[in-house]
Amino acid sequence: MDLSLSVLITIALAPLVGALLAGLFGRVIGRVGSHCVTILGVGIACALSIHVLWQLVSGDAKNFNQDVYTWFQAGNLHVSVGFMVDRLTAMMMVVVTFVSLLVHVYTIGYMADDPGYQRFFSYISLFTFSMLMLVMSNNFMQLFFGWEAVGLVSYLLIGFWYKKPTAIYANLKAFVVNRVGDFGFLLGIAAVLYFLNTLDYATAFDSAGALTGRAITVVGGHAWPAATVIGVLLFIGAMGKSAQVPLHVWLPDSMEGPTPISALIHAATMVTAGIFMVARMSPLFEMSEGALSFILVIGATTALFTGLIGIVQNDIKRVIAYSTLSQLGYMTVALGVSAYSGAVFHLMTHAFFKALLFLGAGSVIIGMHHEQDMRYMGGLRKYMPVTWITMWIGSLALAGTPFFAGFYSKDAIIEAVGESHRWGAGYAYFCVMAGVFVTSLYSFRLLYMTFHGAERFTVVGHHGHGHAAHGHAAVVGGQSIHSDPGHDAHGHDAADEHKEDSHHTPGELEHAPSESPWVVTVPLILLAIPSLLIGFFTVGPMLYGGWFGKAIHVEEQNNVLGELARDFHGATAAALHGFIQLPFLLALAGFIVATVIYLFKPALADSIKRALHPIWRVLDKKYWVDEVYFAIFAKGGVKLGRAFWRGGDAAVIDGVLIDGSASLVERIASGGRRLQSGFLYHYAFAMILGLILLLGGYWLVGQG
Amino acid sequence: MITLAHFIVLGAVLFCIAVAGVFINRKNVIVLLMAIELMLLAVNINFVAFSRFLGDVQGQVFVFFILTVAAAESAIGLAILTLLFRNRSTINVAEIDSMKG
Repeated sequence: MDLSLSVLITIALAPLVGALLAGLFGRVIGRVGSHCVTILGVGIACALSIHVLWQLVSGDAKNFNQDVYTWFQAGNLHVSVGFMVDRLTAMMMVVVTFVSLLVHVYTIGYMADDPGYQRFFSYISLFTFSMLMLVMSNNFMQLFFGWEAVGLVSYLLIGFWYKKPTAIYANLKAFVVNRVGDFGFLLGIAAVLYFLNTLDYATAFDSAGALTGRAITVVGGHAWPAATVIGVLLFIGAMGKSAQVPLHVWLPDSMEGPTPISALIHAATMVTAGIFMVARMSPLFEMSEGALSFILVIGATTALFTGLIGIVQNDIKRVIAYSTLSQLGYMTVALGVSAYSGAVFHLMTHAFFKALLFLGAGSVIIGMHHEQDMRYMGGLRKYMPVTWITMWIGSLALAGTPFFAGFYSKDAIIEAVGESHRWGAGYAYFCVMAGVFVTSLYSFRLLYMTFHGAERFTVVGHHGHGHAAHGHAAVVGGQSIHSDPGHDAHGHDAADEHKEDSHHTPGELEHAPSESPWVVTVPLILLAIPSLLIGFFTVGPMLYGGWFGKAIHVEEQNNVLGELARDFHGATAAALHGFIQLPFLLALAGFIVATVIYLFKPALADSIKRALHPIWRVLDKKYWVDEVYFAIFAKGGVKLGRAFWRGGDAAVIDGVLIDGSASLVERIASGGRRLQSGFLYHYAFAMILGLILLLGGYWLVGQG
Repeated sequence: MITLAHFIVLGAVLFCIAVAGVFINRKNVIVLLMAIELMLLAVNINFVAFSRFLGDVQGQVFVFFILTVAAAESAIGLAILTLLFRNRSTINVAEIDSMKG
């Protein structure tokens, strides 16, 4: 049975309906109503997505590509809303809706007492709709719509706690940096339209061959191959969305938003939109070696250098954010060596284990009553065992331990880079190799600092100073009236308002950390399962079995995964072989270093930090990228603005056009009013003079 | 023999005196009115002279009209002058400049 259009429309619109209901009628339907409608909407989308994927995998259905609605028509340009569903799309749909569904459930626990509960559910459902529109699109325009819509929701959610200045700064930053990428992306779409005369995927990809030999003069009179220009411009869009160097600066700051969206948007789905886009447009990218080399170098740089920053971070969410950047770099490297399937495969495994890590971090943050600094954690494993175990699974997957999901995808990428002969592959190979060590180091550092070792926090108890300072717990006769130990109305839920409380001393908790409620732990467990297993079961078909079919197009001479496929003898053999490979040894080295430093000899960390202080400083300052941007673009922008204000607005518009015209009138008038002396004899003189001139004129004419 | 030219020259001389009276006078509005009367008379002389020499009586009839109108004008002018003096306590031309822009 073929895929039916109504099912696909339902998948896309169910989350939108949920978002509208929760957003517009949130007050009417209440908190429970809001999370019920949105979870129902996303649940429907998830179930139907799985159904669609199953239909495609079992071979019952053909790929779907159909226009649904004419969006607009301008001249010869016909833009419609339509769906293109093949295995690549279906896989993305399942990942997006599945992670989204779990994040919805998790949010019930995480945001339980937040005043913006309904708004939050509305936003994340809206995000799911936008992301589905993005991945299901069958043309560039709808892709761009989804692209911008997810950007908008990301902006809204980073700034969800809109009273927090850092959050507002962060969402502005995310929006502005994404504009830079979107500018390139829009130019890329325009270039596609210019050269291929269509915005429809299927038509454009079929006629991609027409790009051969065509060139465009961009700057400086040098003609660039059309395919390279299109590829680089489209990839600049991906650089913004998928946070590649040098447009990566917004992603760490986006951690200002609530943790569930860090997991959903800034780790699992939205940031991988760029990866998905490049994979989807593989027929275009395959036309240009230059563009792919560009992608390769950018991705390799991101993979290694952002990972290094992760080692020195102390905020638990920021470590994972830099880890996300690094992993996105890995995916980009895979795209750069034409291993699109590898990139998408890593996208999928990463979505599971990174969402798991983020939600686990969120669980820790709940347990620690909104303490995010790992320097004040430690020894949490006995307080929150479920979080502890699932975080271990996620970290092992991230570090690339054989048999875990991350191993298969990451190993495939590294080997694909090793096989590739593309310009920049040598550099990329070094970066991804070194990145393995770095990944392992920061992952286990996070685990040890959070869950193991000595407790670096103290529980100041229920009658401590913090309580009275809260202002909503009256103290009667020296005893708090809230003597119920289970009472934690001001516990984890008032969100970051807590942080702003001046009484909050780092490392002092009012209650002992405790395991999170089931709505939090169940999503963790449900994500831990695919983090553990999905690589093992899907690596064969997805990477080496041509599972994506024609959705991903690779030229024969670029087919590095095809080369690897010859050496692939099943998932178990690959994992066993993995134990003696260099990446595993590097990961093991990272594990050992982390264990020694952070588990057994915590004092060593400080002495190393002192010994390598210059390097530590470079990493702590994140290579001064923010500072450089601030100095050049922000200050430059301010200067430019001031120049336009002073020169353009104040001088030309106000000075010349507005005040200038007025003062011209005034000057003429002030000359004119001097004629109006008020003296009769002046007027009489003027009359006589006029008369003489008139008569003289007549006389002269009469003479002539 | 008195010719037309003599009359015209007389009219011109009278007119110039009147203009000079308007310009040079800085003190007195009454002198101004007198100068204007003089201008009219200069014109009247021209009218009469041309009428006489061209044998057309219309010019002389016109002079009567002008004289009548001039008399009325003088009456109104003097009335305004009286009011002016009452309000401003001066008839000094140099001080009457409230129309100054």
